[in-house]
Amino acid sequence: MALLEVNNLDVRFAVRGGDLQALQSISFSLDKGERLGLVGESGAGKSVAAFSILKLIAQPGYIAGGEVLFEGRNLSAMSERELRQIRGNRIAMIFQDPMMTLNPVLTVGTQMVEALKAHRRISTRAARDIALKKLQKVSIPSPDKRLDQYPHELSGGMRQRVIIAIALLLDPDIIIADEPTTALDVTIQAEIMALLLALCEQDNVALMLITHDLGLVSQVTQRMLVMYSGRIIEQGPTKEIINDAQHPYTQGLINALPQMGEPGRRLYQIPGSMPSLSRIPPGCPFHPRCPFVTDECRQTMPEYVQSGNVDVACYEVSKLIEQENRAPEVTP
Amino acid sequence: MTTATVSRWDRFRESFLWYSFKRDKIAIVSFVVFVAIVLAGVFAPLFAPADPYDLAQINIMNSELPPVWMAGGDAQFPLGTDAQGRDLLSTILYGTRVSLLIGFGAVLMQGALGILFGLLAGYLGGRVDAVLMRIADVQLSFSTLMVAIIVGAVFKASFGNLMFGEIAIYMLIVIIGIAEWPQIARTVRASVLAEKKKEYVDAAKVMGFGTNRIMFRHILPNTLSPIFVISTVQIANAIISEAALSFLGLGMPETQPSLGSLIKSGFDYIQSGSWWITLIPGLVLVVLVLVINLLGDWLRDMMNPRLYKG
Repeated sequence: MALLEVNNLDVRFAVRGGDLQALQSISFSLDKGERLGLVGESGAGKSVAAFSILKLIAQPGYIAGGEVLFEGRNLSAMSERELRQIRGNRIAMIFQDPMMTLNPVLTVGTQMVEALKAHRRISTRAARDIALKKLQKVSIPSPDKRLDQYPHELSGGMRQRVIIAIALLLDPDIIIADEPTTALDVTIQAEIMALLLALCEQDNVALMLITHDLGLVSQVTQRMLVMYSGRIIEQGPTKEIINDAQHPYTQGLINALPQMGEPGRRLYQIPGSMPSLSRIPPGCPFHPRCPFVTDECRQTMPEYVQSGNVDVACYEVSKLIEQENRAPEVTP
Repeated sequence: MTTATVSRWDRFRESFLWYSFKRDKIAIVSFVVFVAIVLAGVFAPLFAPADPYDLAQINIMNSELPPVWMAGGDAQFPLGTDAQGRDLLSTILYGTRVSLLIGFGAVLMQGALGILFGLLAGYLGGRVDAVLMRIADVQLSFSTLMVAIIVGAVFKASFGNLMFGEIAIYMLIVIIGIAEWPQIARTVRASVLAEKKKEYVDAAKVMGFGTNRIMFRHILPNTLSPIFVISTVQIANAIISEAALSFLGLGMPETQPSLGSLIKSGFDYIQSGSWWITLIPGLVLVVLVLVINLLGDWLRDMMNPRLYKG
C-alpha cells in the first residue's frame, strides 16, 4: 500500500458565475521514502494540489470529489481535529519564501518549541533540546544562538534551514516542498537542496517536490508528474520523461531549456500561454498550443495511455503507439 | 563562551525605539512630564500635604482660600482650597490618581473587548465578522458620551447614589470601556485581515495548529503595534470622557473627586472669583492629555511600518 494515495481529486473554486475547475481528476501515489516531482507552469495547480492534500484549500476553493488516502485512511473524511494531528506531525510542508514563512515576532526557538508542544506532551526544556538537535542537523552555524534570535536576524539561506528544521521537527513521513529554493540565490539553492535530499534519505522521508525547475526535478526525484491547467498530463519515472518526453507539452518544456552541448541554439518556445482557469478550452486543454492538434483533441480529453513506464494523456502519443504495434517487427 | 548573551536591556539600547526617542525632544519632554504626573498620582498619599478623603482634616472655615502667592493665601494650602475647604494640591494629586486609574482601566477593558472581538471578526470572517462589526457600527453611530450617559444613568438608578459613589471608579471603567471598544476592535480587525493572508499563517495551519493558537499566539503579536498606538490615544480619550462625565455629574462623586469632578465643583464658584478651583485641575488635565497624545504621535511615527520595519 502506498503511503499517500490521491484518487480522482477534483478541486474547484466557487466564484461568481459558476465554479472554476482548479484540479481535475488528479491521481497519483507516493511511497515511503520516495521522491516525487510535481512540475508545471505557474497556475497549473501545483500548490493547489499540495494544499488540497492537507485539506487546507482556502475559500473559495473546495474539494469537489475524489479522495486522499494517507496510510489507507481517507483524509477528506477526517474531522478537523484528526487532520491537525496529521498536519505538521506526519505530513510537513516547506514554503517558497523563507522571508514570509516564519512568524516575524516570535523567536526561532519559540516557534519550534510551540510546534513540538502542539503535537507532543513534553516539557519546554525537552522541546528546546529537540529543537536544538534539529538545528544542528540542518548544519546551521551556532545553533544554540539561533534559538533566541528573531527571523529578521537570519539570512535567507539560514531561514530556509530553520524552516527545514521545523519541517523535520516531528519526524514526518512526508515533506511537501513547494518551490523550496525559488527565493534563494543559486549557490544557496544547491546547498539547501542537497541538505533536504540528504535528510530525506537519512530518515526515509518521502519528498514531494513542487517546482518549475526541470533541472532540479531531474536531479532529485525518482518519479515526476507534469501538470497543465489542473490536469496531470504525463507521469512516470523522472529519467524516462526527461530523456524521452511523450507529451508535446513536456517536450516543449524540455526543449525550452538551454543545453550544455549546443551553444548558440535558439531556445524553443511553446506558442501562446496557459489558459486562465475561467477559459480552459474543451477537450485537451493544451490543444490551442499543440503542434499535433487534431479535431479529436478539440472535443474530448484524451485518456491515459502507457508508453513504457510513463502514463501520458495525448491522442498523438496513443496513435504513435498503435502504429508501432501494427508495424511488423523488423529484424536487422 | 566569548560572545556574552545579549540581555534585554542591551537589546533595548541598540533598538531603533531608543535611538529615535533620544533624538526627539518633544518625546523626551512628554515622557518626563507624563512619568512625573503618573508618579505624582500613584504616590499621591506620600506627596500630598493633606488627605482629601479624610473628613476630619477638612475645615469649612478654610473654604475658597486663594493660592499662596495671592493676597489672603495660606502657606498651609499652596494652591489654595476648594469650596469645602480641602487643600487643592492634595485633591488634585488624588484626583490625578483617580483619572489615571480610570483612563488605564478603561483602555484595558476596551483592549480586552476590542482585541477579542476584532480578532474573531477578522480571522473567522463571514457571519461572525458581519454580526460583530454591525454591532460596532451601531455603537459608533451613537456618540460615546451618549452611550456612557445612558449606561451610567441606568447604573446610577439601579444602585442608588450612595452605593454608586463607592463603586464609581469601577463603574466608570466599565462604562467607558464598553462605550469605546469598537475603536480598538476595528483597528485589530483591519490588521488581522492583512496578517491572515501572510504565509506564516499558512505555515502555522500546515503545522497543525488550532484556530485559537493561530489567532492569539501568531496573529495577535503581529497586530500589537497599531493596538499600542491607538491605546495611547484611547487613554487620553478615556480621561477626557471621564472628565466630561464627571462634569455632567455622572462621574466621580465630590467625596473622592477626579480631575473632572474637581473642575465641575469649581465651576459653580468661578463667578465669585475662585477661578483656581477650576483652572488648576483643568491645566493638569490638559497637560496630561497633551503629553499622552504627543507620546502617542511619536509612537505612531515610530511604529509606522512604512518608515520602519522590524
